Amino acid sequence: MHNLLPGVEGFMYPNEMELQWSVLIVLYPFITGLVAGAFILASLERVFNLEAIRPTYRLALLTALAFLIVAPLPLQLHLGHPERSIEMFLTPHKTSAMAMFGFVYLWYLLAVLVIEIWLEYRPYIVARAQSAAGWSRWFYRAATLGSYNLSPRALRIDDRIGRLITVVGIPSAFLLHGYVGFIFGSIKANPWWSTPLMPIVFLFSAIVSGIAAVLLIYFVYCLARGIPLDMPCLDAMGKFLFYAFLVDFGLEMLDLVHRNYEADESLKTLSFMVETRLFGSQIVLQIIVGTLAPLLLLGLTQLLSLTEAARKGLYATAGALTLIGIFAMRWNVVIGGQLFSKSFLGYTTYKMEFATREGLLPALVLIVLPFLILWALVRIFPPMLEYDPGRKPEANPALPAEPEA
Amino acid sequence: MSVDRRQFLADATKFLLLTGAAGQAWAFVAEGRPQDAPDYDIARHWWAMFIDIEKCIGCGRCVEACKIENDVPDEPFYFRTWVERYYIPARDVTSPRAEDHPKVDSPDGGRHGFPDIYPKEDGSKSFFVPKLCNHCAHSPCVQVCPVGATFESPDGVVLVDKDYCIGCRYCVQACPYGCRFIDPRTNTVDKCSLCYHRITKGLTTACCEVCPTGARQLGDLRNPADPIHELLRTHKVQVLKPNMATGSKVYYNGLDASVR
Amino acid sequence: MRAGFRDSEHLVRLALLFGVGVLLFLGARAVLVPADFGELGHFRTGALDDNRRRPVVHAGRAACAECHDTAAALAGGAHAKVGCEACHGALAAHAADPDAAAPPELEAKGLCVRCHGFNPARPASHPQVDPEAHAEGASCTDCHEAHSPAA
Repeated sequence: MHNLLPGVEGFMYPNEMELQWSVLIVLYPFITGLVAGAFILASLERVFNLEAIRPTYRLALLTALAFLIVAPLPLQLHLGHPERSIEMFLTPHKTSAMAMFGFVYLWYLLAVLVIEIWLEYRPYIVARAQSAAGWSRWFYRAATLGSYNLSPRALRIDDRIGRLITVVGIPSAFLLHGYVGFIFGSIKANPWWSTPLMPIVFLFSAIVSGIAAVLLIYFVYCLARGIPLDMPCLDAMGKFLFYAFLVDFGLEMLDLVHRNYEADESLKTLSFMVETRLFGSQIVLQIIVGTLAPLLLLGLTQLLSLTEAARKGLYATAGALTLIGIFAMRWNVVIGGQLFSKSFLGYTTYKMEFATREGLLPALVLIVLPFLILWALVRIFPPMLEYDPGRKPEANPALPAEPEA
Repeated sequence: MSVDRRQFLADATKFLLLTGAAGQAWAFVAEGRPQDAPDYDIARHWWAMFIDIEKCIGCGRCVEACKIENDVPDEPFYFRTWVERYYIPARDVTSPRAEDHPKVDSPDGGRHGFPDIYPKEDGSKSFFVPKLCNHCAHSPCVQVCPVGATFESPDGVVLVDKDYCIGCRYCVQACPYGCRFIDPRTNTVDKCSLCYHRITKGLTTACCEVCPTGARQLGDLRNPADPIHELLRTHKVQVLKPNMATGSKVYYNGLDASVR
Repeated sequence: MRAGFRDSEHLVRLALLFGVGVLLFLGARAVLVPADFGELGHFRTGALDDNRRRPVVHAGRAACAECHDTAAALAGGAHAKVGCEACHGALAAHAADPDAAAPPELEAKGLCVRCHGFNPARPASHPQVDPEAHAEGASCTDCHEAHSPAA
């Protein structure tokens, strides 16, 4: 059979010729990772009172929401029967790592993110419900839930509840993405996936990608709006990105060293795969371009005293490279895990289609979609309101300072 | 069908109802309503299979019969059962651990037999390994199904509910043996059902029915009279990938260390 | 107390909204979960019958013996334990209605070689020949009785 099929080398079990999980399943951990990372960045500010990154707080929350809305779409597109996905809620199988995704997702979306954003924007929502015209007035009025109470005491309660939700939200974000790692890490049949480090590696790479994404989005947002970049904020994010990345890289190296030292029966097969079929995406893109290069650039900003312009350039470049690297990491996990036979005797190839249900085109659409949603969200809930400097509800003018677009 | 024939079958049915379970089942098959075959007490069976590698001649009858019996898609990728040929080159000073480098092939799942492509008397070792779902007692595939569309039946068969499967393919990833595939016609997962439509009516599986050498034998571990108990007692058996602890119920006699 | 409620009224409204959502979910769940789900395990009990309902395609040797004296034909030979359908193909349709579906004609040589052609992977104890050298163009059944060949 291997003689007949291009791209197949050695022996695969006959049913293994076809790859089961496509580029869409690469997007799924990438997107949920961005959600978790952006939220954790926002939480740092809220829980630990890190004033420096305050300018990105709301942007990070909206980014998390935009990506979270898109997160289930690649899964739905991938399912053989999307119309049956409701069964995950009806009869979730408690031994299945996948079954809980729906609940974790809904919990995170509705109990954490939406409430936190709602509390954060309530003064704005109430103000717009009274001042806006047309359809948006109706939208904001519905969003008030019929309560216009912005008394200092009410806002103090909101702040306390918001803080509580953030505290709940951090483990939820850990759960959301650590859990995605567990979906892969718990498959004992697949030695490329099966490691208890997988959830932790996923989590740290999520934090890394979330910080990088918010940093870039903050860049673009300020440029587009003509708002000056807040340099202490950028410096703080650069620092977080650097240290989170160091931990992430350390964990991945630990995994690599451990695999090589234990050298179980899969090692030869897996290392051959990394040296050949995954060389471009793993060694070049993930490790060199997507990890070592941004670490070096970020390291420079930490070690040298550079000009603002130079730091901005380095942060933006490092952020972009980081996202490439993390995407490559997701690719190598999901696709790499399916390129070798579970007989350890052969390899197959992933041929990405284009305009099919699981092809490149829907993947590109799904990558662009969160940005469109974010663009809309930013219009509905402007992130740079100059109110509440110090989060003291009493000082809150509760009015938009920015011109509405 | 002539009246005589029908009458004959009816008589035969009455007669057979008093004899073997297979005959009982056959009566209902003949009448075109096999689903109504006689009482099958699900709690009194626990199915397994015994495969004797030393008897397998690689004729591929089992693969062919399975495809026909279970309407398995004809494309070369999909098999509920298949046969692999292992070839372990001669052991010499350059490869003292020749079993680390077996050559394995399974042209069209072994459905049409195996062309004699390896040298005859060269100090090598070669044999056939029939594969099918191991109907694990602790199935990794069942464990990961998010909705309960695949399950271990009370009589020990790992089955798929095609009307409930969402097609997420997690079970395909979780099976260590490569026994599952997605049926392109239904977009749901498919796998060996141990001919559940046969074994619950007193017939054996299609692969066992046609195996000319008796290399595959269905067994009922809850039936004290089943010959499988004697087979398991008198042979040194092994299961595939025992390190996976899947509780496989397909027992192999003469399994080589090189087999994965 | 009253003031306390007024200042957290919006949160109460939010909680009510959530409560309604949860109730709707529980209601939908009660309606949509198949009635026979979970009786014998985490699956639809009906799935067992669905799997049983598939038509039988191979009749099995017991069915052949209903009309054909297979015991006599196979007696004493090396093929005594070989199922009829191993060579004759799947014949449940024929067994159900002998007139409607006739068994296919068999081509002896290809059929015999399938099992008895030499292949080093076959167990040495299994009778095998090099068909060209062994038969010299003759048909297998010229010399061998297909149903009861000598061992």
